[in-house]
Amino acid sequence: MSYFELLKLVSPETIVVITALFVLAFGLAAGRAKSSVTISMAKPAQSGSDTSTAMGICSVVGALGLAIAIGAVLLLPRNAILFAGMLVITPFTSLFKIICIALAFFTVLLTTSEKSLRHPGEYLALVLFATVGLMLLVGSEELLVIFIGLELLGLSLYVMTAFEKTDARSAEAGLKYFLFGSTSSAFTLFGISLIYGMSGTTSLAAVSEKLASVSVQPLLAVGIVMTLVGFAFKIAAAPFHLWAPDAYQGAPVPSAGFIASASKVASFVVLGKIVLVGFAPLHGDAAWHAMVAGWSPVLAALAALSILVGNLVALAQSNVRRLLAYSAVAHAGYTLIGLVAGDRDGFSAALFYATVYAITLVGAFGVVAMVRRETGGDDISNFRGLASRSPLLAACMSVFMLSLAGIPPLAGFFGKFYLFSAALRAGADHGLLWLVTVALFGSFISLYYYLIVLKAVFVDDAPLPAARHANVVSADLLPRTIVAVLAAAVLLLGVAPQALTAQILAAIP
Amino acid sequence: MIAWTIYITFAGAVLALLLPRAFARWIALLATIAGVALGLVALVRTPIADLAHFTTIVRVPWVPALGMNYHVAIDGVSLTMVLVTGISAVSTVLFSWDVEHRQNEFFFWLLLVVAGCYGVFLSADLFLFFAFYELVIVPKYFLIAVFGSTNKEYGAMKLTLYSFLGGMLVFIGILTAYVTAGTLDLNQLSQFQFSPQLQAWAFPVLFLGFAVLAGIWPLHTWAPTGHVAAPTAGSMLLAGIVMKLGSYAGLRVAVNLFPQGFQMWSKWIVLLAVIGIVYAAAVALRQRDLKFVIGYSSVSHMGFVLLGLGAATALSVSGAVLQMFSHGVIAALLFAVAGRMIYRRTHTRELNVLAGMNLSHALPFAAFTFIIAAAASMGIPGFSGFAAEITILIGAWKTYPVAVWITGAGMVLVAAFTLRALKQSFFGEKDGGLHLQEARVPVDSDWNEQQSITAAEKCGACLLMFTTLAVGVYPKLLLDRIMPAVEAMRFLK
Repeated sequence: MSYFELLKLVSPETIVVITALFVLAFGLAAGRAKSSVTISMAKPAQSGSDTSTAMGICSVVGALGLAIAIGAVLLLPRNAILFAGMLVITPFTSLFKIICIALAFFTVLLTTSEKSLRHPGEYLALVLFATVGLMLLVGSEELLVIFIGLELLGLSLYVMTAFEKTDARSAEAGLKYFLFGSTSSAFTLFGISLIYGMSGTTSLAAVSEKLASVSVQPLLAVGIVMTLVGFAFKIAAAPFHLWAPDAYQGAPVPSAGFIASASKVASFVVLGKIVLVGFAPLHGDAAWHAMVAGWSPVLAALAALSILVGNLVALAQSNVRRLLAYSAVAHAGYTLIGLVAGDRDGFSAALFYATVYAITLVGAFGVVAMVRRETGGDDISNFRGLASRSPLLAACMSVFMLSLAGIPPLAGFFGKFYLFSAALRAGADHGLLWLVTVALFGSFISLYYYLIVLKAVFVDDAPLPAARHANVVSADLLPRTIVAVLAAAVLLLGVAPQALTAQILAAIP
Repeated sequence: MIAWTIYITFAGAVLALLLPRAFARWIALLATIAGVALGLVALVRTPIADLAHFTTIVRVPWVPALGMNYHVAIDGVSLTMVLVTGISAVSTVLFSWDVEHRQNEFFFWLLLVVAGCYGVFLSADLFLFFAFYELVIVPKYFLIAVFGSTNKEYGAMKLTLYSFLGGMLVFIGILTAYVTAGTLDLNQLSQFQFSPQLQAWAFPVLFLGFAVLAGIWPLHTWAPTGHVAAPTAGSMLLAGIVMKLGSYAGLRVAVNLFPQGFQMWSKWIVLLAVIGIVYAAAVALRQRDLKFVIGYSSVSHMGFVLLGLGAATALSVSGAVLQMFSHGVIAALLFAVAGRMIYRRTHTRELNVLAGMNLSHALPFAAFTFIIAAAASMGIPGFSGFAAEITILIGAWKTYPVAVWITGAGMVLVAAFTLRALKQSFFGEKDGGLHLQEARVPVDSDWNEQQSITAAEKCGACLLMFTTLAVGVYPKLLLDRIMPAVEAMRFLK
C-alpha cells in the first residue's frame, strides 16, 4: 500500500489535524496583535473586541474544517481494514465519525458566544484535537490505538476543563478530572496488558478468537474488569463518576457540553466494540434467575448503581450544571443496559440513545451558557422567568429536559422504549426485567428534578427587570439558531426515529 | 375520517401557540368544535356492525424494525370516548373564554391534552397508544402550575408524579406484552395466548398503572388535590376526560390482553372500587371547600366505573363505559359551576361563606345549572348518571351481589353530600349580612368585575346539560354501539 492511499484513508483525521494547526496559528497571530495593542494603552473594550474577532475567525475556520472532514468521511471507501484493525473503515465507523464530527461542529459554533474565553485559538485547537481522538476511538479495532485515542481525547479534555485560568472552580475541576482520569487510564492500560498477556494479540477480532477457547481464569477476569473500569470512568458510570459534577460545573460551558456529548458517544461506541467483539465469548448472563460470570453482570451492576446514584443525588442539586452531571450518570446507566443485552438490537438501541442524549446535552448546555451570560450564574434560580425573557430558549430547554425525562413525542421516549424492549427481549424468560424495573423507577424519579428546572423556567417570575437584557438578544443570534436546530432534531428523532435507527441498524455488522 | 380529530387538535395547538393572542381562543374553539363534529358524523354514518370490533382506519408503517405502526382504529367504546372528549373540550374552551394571562400558552397546553386523549382513545398500536398516554402528563402539569389557584405547585407536582408512577407500571406491562408476543398491534395482541403465570403478575402491574389515573382507592389522593389546584378548565378536563384515560386503557389494554389475569384479580378490583365509592363519598360529606367536594365525588363516581369493569359481565362493562361518558359530562358541569361561575364572582369556595351569600338570587342561571348537575350526579332518573349506574349495578348483580348492596348504600351518601353542597352554596339560610362584594378577596390578577353569567358560559353549560339529558332519556343511542363492542372482547368468553 502506498502512502498516498494511506493518506486517502485517513484523510478525515488529517483534515481535522491540519485545521487545528491553522486555528492555532490564527489564534496566536490575533493574540500577538492584541498584546501589542494592550502595550499601546488601548482601551480594554478594544482588546475585548479583538478577542472576539479572533474567536470569530478561529471558529469559522474550525467549523469549515469539520464540515470538510464530514465530506471526506462520506468519500471514504465502504470497507477497508489497515494493519490488522488499527484503522477500520466500515459504514459503522463512518456513521459514528460523522456523528462525532457533527457534535464537535455544534460545539465549535456554540463557543463563538463565549466572550470571556481568553485564548480562543488554543481552545478551539484543543476541541479539534479532541475530535481527532474521538475519530481514532471510533475507527479502530485494536487495543493500543484505542488507548492512544483515549489519551489524546483525555489530555485535550483535561486542558479544556481547566481553561478558565482565573476561575478557581475551573482549575479544581481540571485537576480532579486529570487525577481521576489518569488513574483510570493506568487501570485500562494494565487491563489491556493482562489481556495481551493471555491472548498474545491486541487486535479485537484475534482476542475474541483466543478467548473463545479459554475459560474465565482469575487473571483474565482481573484484566476484563480493569479494562472496563477505564471506560466506566469515561462514561461517568457510578462509582467512577466522582469527577463529573465538578467538571460539568466548573469547566467552561462548551467544554462541559463536549465532555457530555461527543466524548460519551465515542466512549460507548468503543466500549460496545470491546465487549461485543473482543470479549464476545465471555458474555456471561445478568439474568436474575441465571447469573453467569462474565462482563455483562459487571456492566449490569454498574448500570443499576449509576441509575440509582445518579437520579437520587440529582434530586438534591440546586445548580443546573451539577444536576445535568448527575443525570448524566443516570443516563450512562440506561445506555449500559443496551450493552448488557449484548445483541445487535441492544447495541443499536444503546447507540441511538447515546446519540440522542449527546444532541440533547449540547443543546441544553447551549441554553445554560446563554442564561449564564444573561444572569451571571447557572443555578436553578437563574432560570426563573426565562419563559417571559426568551420564549424560544424556554421552549428549547423544555424540549431538552422533557426528552431527558423520556416524555413523548421526544427522542428520549423512543430511545427508552427501544432500549428497554431490547433488554427485555435479550434475556430468556424476561431475565433482565429487574434491570428494566430499576431503570423505570429511576426515570420516574428523574421527572421530578427535570420538572423543577422547568418550573423555574415557566412558573416562577423573573427576579430581574426584563429591560436589562434587551441588547443580549441580537448578539446571540447564532447560538440561538443552533439551539433551536438541536431542539428540532430532538423532536424529529422522536416523531420519526426511523431516520436514525435504520442507519444504525444497517451499519452495525 | 375520525382520525382527523387528532390532527386538527394538534394543528390547533401549534397555531394557538404561534399566532397572535387574539386568535388563540378562536382557534381552540374551532378545533374542538371540529372534533365534536367529526365525532357526531362518525356516530351517524358508521354502521353499528362496524363498531362491533376494533376497525382499522389508518395503518402506516412507522418504525418497521420494531414492528411499530401508526395504527388508528375505532369501535363503539372508542367512539363514545371520542364524543365525550369533544363535548367536554368545547365546553372547557367556552368556560376559559376570558383567560387573559398567557393566553397562547394556555390554549396550547389545553389542546395538547385534548389531542393526546383523542390519540389514546383511537390508537390500535400499543406504542402509539402509550406515547399518547404519556404525552398528556406534562401539559397537565403546566396547566395547573402556571394557571392554577390554591396550592397549585404542590397539586401539580403531586398529580404529575402520580400519573408518571402509573405510567412506569404501564411501561413494564406493555414491554412485557410486546416482548412476549412480538407484536404491538392491539388486535393481534388480543388474540395472543399469554401464559397464565405471566398474566398472573403482568395484569395487576398493568391494571394498577392505569387505575392510578382512574383514581382507584387508595391511590386516588392526587385527584382531589389536583382538581382543587387546577384552573377551571384544568379540572374540567382532568375529571372529565383524563381520568377516563385510565379506565378506558384498563379495559382496552389490561383486561383485553390478559383475560386470565383479570379473572384472578377481578374480585380485588371490585373490593377497591366499592371501598373507593363509599370512602370518597363519606370524605366528600365532610369537606368545606366546594371544589374538594366535587373532587371526591369524582373519585366516587370513578369507583362505579371500576366496579363495572371488575364485575366483568357484558352489561356491567357497557355500563362502565356509559358511566365514563356520563361522568365526563357531569364532572365538567360541576367544576364549571364551582370553579367558574361561583369562584370567579365570589372568590371563595368555602361552603360556610357561600352559605351566607344566598347566591341563588345573585346568580340564578348558575343555580339552575348546579341543580341539574347535582341531579345528574346523584343519579336521578332522566339523566345520564342514572342510566349508567343502574346498568352497572344490574350487570354486577349476577357476579357480586354483596358489592351491589354496599354500593347502593353508598349512593345514599352520594346524594347526601351533593344535596349538602347544593344547599350550602346556593340556598344558604343563614343571613350573615355578607354580600357579594364584601366576601370577595381579590387574589387573581386577571379577574374581571363581571357579575352576570357570560354568553360563552351559558353556551358551555347548555351544551353539557343537553348532553346529560339526551343520553339520560335515550341511553340506547350509545349503548347500542357500546354493547356489541364490549361483547366482542375476549374476556367475556
